[in-house]
Amino acid sequence: MSDITKQSLTELVENIQNKKLSSTDVTKAFIQRSEKSSELNAYITDDFTSALDKAKKFDQNPNLDLKLPGIPMAVKDLFCTKNVKTTAGSKILNNFVPTYESTITENIWNEGAILLGKLNCDEFAMGSSNETSYFGNVQNPIDKNLVPGGSSGGSASAVAGQLTPITIGTDTGGSIRQPASFTGIVGLKPTYGSCSRYGIVAFASSLDQAGPMAQNVKDCALLQEVISTYDPKDSTSINFKRNHYSKELTKNIKGKKIGIPKEYRVDGMPKEIEDLWQKGIQYVKDCGAETIDISLPHTSYALPTYYIVAPAEASSNLARYDGVKYGYRAKGENLIDMYEKTRSEGFGAEVQRRIMIGTYVLSSGYYDAYYLKAQKVRKLIKNDFDEAYKKVDAILTPSTPSSAFKIGEKTNDPVSMYLNDIFTVPVNLAGLPGISIPAGHDTKGYPLGLQIIGKAFDEQNILNIAFAMEEKINFKNKITDWWIK
Amino acid sequence: MNQKNTEYLINRKDNQYEVVIGLEVHAQVLSESKLFSSSSTKFGAEPNTQVSLVDAAFPGMLPVINEFCIKQAIKTGIGLNAKINKRSVFDRKNYFYADLPQGYQISQFKNPIVGEGKVILDMPNGQKEVGIERLHLEQDAGKSIHDLDPQNTFVDLNRSGVALMEIVSKPDLRSPDEVNAYIKKLRSIMRYLGTCDGNMQEGSLRADVNVSVRPKGSKEFGTRCEIKNVNSIKFMQMAIEYEANRQVDLIEEGKTIDQETRLFDTKKNETRSMRSKEDAHDYRYFPDPDLLPLEVSEKFIEELKNDIPELPDDKKKRFIEEFKLSPYEANILVSDIDTAKYFEEVVAKMGKNKDIKLAVNWITGELFAVLNSKALEISQSPVSAKNFAILINLIKNGTISGKIAKTVFELMIDGDKDPQKIVEEKGLKQQSDPKALETLIDKIINENREKAIEYKQGKEKLFGFFVGQAMKASGGKANPQLINEILKKKL
Repeated sequence: MSDITKQSLTELVENIQNKKLSSTDVTKAFIQRSEKSSELNAYITDDFTSALDKAKKFDQNPNLDLKLPGIPMAVKDLFCTKNVKTTAGSKILNNFVPTYESTITENIWNEGAILLGKLNCDEFAMGSSNETSYFGNVQNPIDKNLVPGGSSGGSASAVAGQLTPITIGTDTGGSIRQPASFTGIVGLKPTYGSCSRYGIVAFASSLDQAGPMAQNVKDCALLQEVISTYDPKDSTSINFKRNHYSKELTKNIKGKKIGIPKEYRVDGMPKEIEDLWQKGIQYVKDCGAETIDISLPHTSYALPTYYIVAPAEASSNLARYDGVKYGYRAKGENLIDMYEKTRSEGFGAEVQRRIMIGTYVLSSGYYDAYYLKAQKVRKLIKNDFDEAYKKVDAILTPSTPSSAFKIGEKTNDPVSMYLNDIFTVPVNLAGLPGISIPAGHDTKGYPLGLQIIGKAFDEQNILNIAFAMEEKINFKNKITDWWIK
Repeated sequence: MNQKNTEYLINRKDNQYEVVIGLEVHAQVLSESKLFSSSSTKFGAEPNTQVSLVDAAFPGMLPVINEFCIKQAIKTGIGLNAKINKRSVFDRKNYFYADLPQGYQISQFKNPIVGEGKVILDMPNGQKEVGIERLHLEQDAGKSIHDLDPQNTFVDLNRSGVALMEIVSKPDLRSPDEVNAYIKKLRSIMRYLGTCDGNMQEGSLRADVNVSVRPKGSKEFGTRCEIKNVNSIKFMQMAIEYEANRQVDLIEEGKTIDQETRLFDTKKNETRSMRSKEDAHDYRYFPDPDLLPLEVSEKFIEELKNDIPELPDDKKKRFIEEFKLSPYEANILVSDIDTAKYFEEVVAKMGKNKDIKLAVNWITGELFAVLNSKALEISQSPVSAKNFAILINLIKNGTISGKIAKTVFELMIDGDKDPQKIVEEKGLKQQSDPKALETLIDKIINENREKAIEYKQGKEKLFGFFVGQAMKASGGKANPQLINEILKKKL
């Protein structure tokens, strides 16, 4: 039984389809391991009892043609799940039980998967270390007191720690790729418009995109195939021809042109990151692809642009949490007093900081200087990529400027925390797909990731490149189960 | 008519002031479902029964534009002779209120769906053109109910998310009468188009009124005050009158007018300050990232143009040309689409030998009187256009007299009866047989010999007496024209 949780999604699906394992076997194994892993604090809410019932029901009449037959899966607590509490990592939604299901989770259950529970994350997905969650820090399975990254920290920790075979996160500025990199797993942020945002608690609407997080590229491709559907309920969902990502997955990337952007060689970047990147370039060449030096001249403006656009949208998106209709409500003398107390008590410090930044940059007199200018720069950043893609098929960069850091190390230094997203935010601003794959370890033995950025709607291409590199890299995550007593 | 005589001016000592008015009309789009959700828009439902997860702003819910509302707005734009913008943008207007679940209203700020246009008003002293600045689409808020409980406010979200068109006029209006004509014209156009029912009692049409005053002849505008959310024409007129006089008084006292938002208190008939310019909300408008810019093609607009019915101005022109009506009569008939429809149906049913003038007189006279007394709309008329046409034809072809027709009409009201049948059943047919009438008149002259002699001696007034006697003897059924002719001959 202990072997079960070590299996990849692809293996589990095969074993269930070949009837070597039942859904109940698999579900039980992940529940047991999850129960032993409470120190990771990966879950906010578990749904184990109901998961076992669903697994048993599945086994009574198994539909083995489904893509995720009887596979148990925990998801980030940003996805609304019908009748299961959905908190977005916030006190303000601590009592919120949706009566509806997000399109993405709906797609997942429709393919036979079973909800294990809801995974911890930074409050409203605002954070890069999972430390802003109202429900506490998440431990990185790699080492004690190490952050798993964020905002999809619980998701990354749960996959790396084998509490769930696979999961979904959301990525507004790097929230899938950075924690994937910190925990030695694969994380894909799809093209904006590829996966429906319906039923996902919004952070920054023009940047938010959900995507898969997995132990390997093939699992990642399979889940992407399930979650990416056109959804008329999301006006920004795009109706394009979607590939059968897992079936069409190939290691043949001969002749592909991979761009290496010089602007990603930032000041003060540790040598081990530079070394990793060089190794990555070699792997790509070993696979028969060609690397080309390119320039993305506006890269250095991406982070400040992001920290105007995202808080601006967030300040408006989070206005609905006012204590009137649902969620936390503080007692107040009058309406305004109730608003102020509810939002001061219900939101954490980082969320309040971003609401204030966002409110400021949209205020009359500042709008042109900040928000409008940021929108213009955003266009320039997108143009950089469009220019580059005239010459190359994909772009290779490090995923993060460092490996995972200690819990508490950057809590009081928001700017240093924001710098974590330096390589990931340009991708969100341009609406492009990006995947992080584990590519090596730093001197402390912590995982490091490489990011492959693709053209819009070209998920298949970056999955293929990642698939080819994965074989060459042959990464092994060093999980010691230190948290299991 | 002398233009000067009809000018609306406020007089103080030696000074005369002109009033400048601009309106922001909020017209509810006639649509089954809301602007960004599929909830019903029906008026008067139980509180909070027409609310979707989108309307109540649940986490993760997203707006999806209702194409029908877009069509309605474009049609209205066409009806206002306005420029249709092929690209428009939905923005968020951010503010907190208990009946605004999202914490923002989705509206259009910089790029509205409809640009500049104009409407023509028929004023007693001639036509007046009023410029339209823009028309944009936006969501309505819910309703806060403060008077159901001493401690709590209740919120009804049925209206939350209902589509509104905000129609902004240029500051072209100069009097309460022009405001009256303008609102009525807008309502008329939208009712013709079927884009707004114009029902002010149900709040389907309400306006923010911008008022300023300036010395007569001045080219510069004065400082304006905005009177929020006035929901009847009468109140608009009262509010303007009060507000204009208030502003003039301030100027006369040497004080300045503060630009501010005011409320009209309908009980006290006065406007009161709501918030000053300094306290004005900073709405932090920005494009709604949940919605892509709205783009409509030339073809889409053209198809809607083909769908536009004959509008009041064109209909009026046609009525004058085709039916030889006076502009005044045509105006009355076209101002309400249902009146125009009724009239046109009557005309059609009257057939070849028709008397349109007579029909118009009867519609604006007898029919309107009945509708008024019973407080009915013409669409609810107790007499159908078909039977109304028959009645007019009975008068026209001499079957009944106008006087008898009034009796017949009274009887028709109860159950939309066929006037032909009433005339037959009650024996009300006009007596037009000259021999029978001659006998009748001979008898009357014989009975009133003295009066007949007086008449012949020159007391011509007595002619009426004989007509009356003859009509009376015939039970009112005698053909009055024949009576006249025969009497003249016999006397």
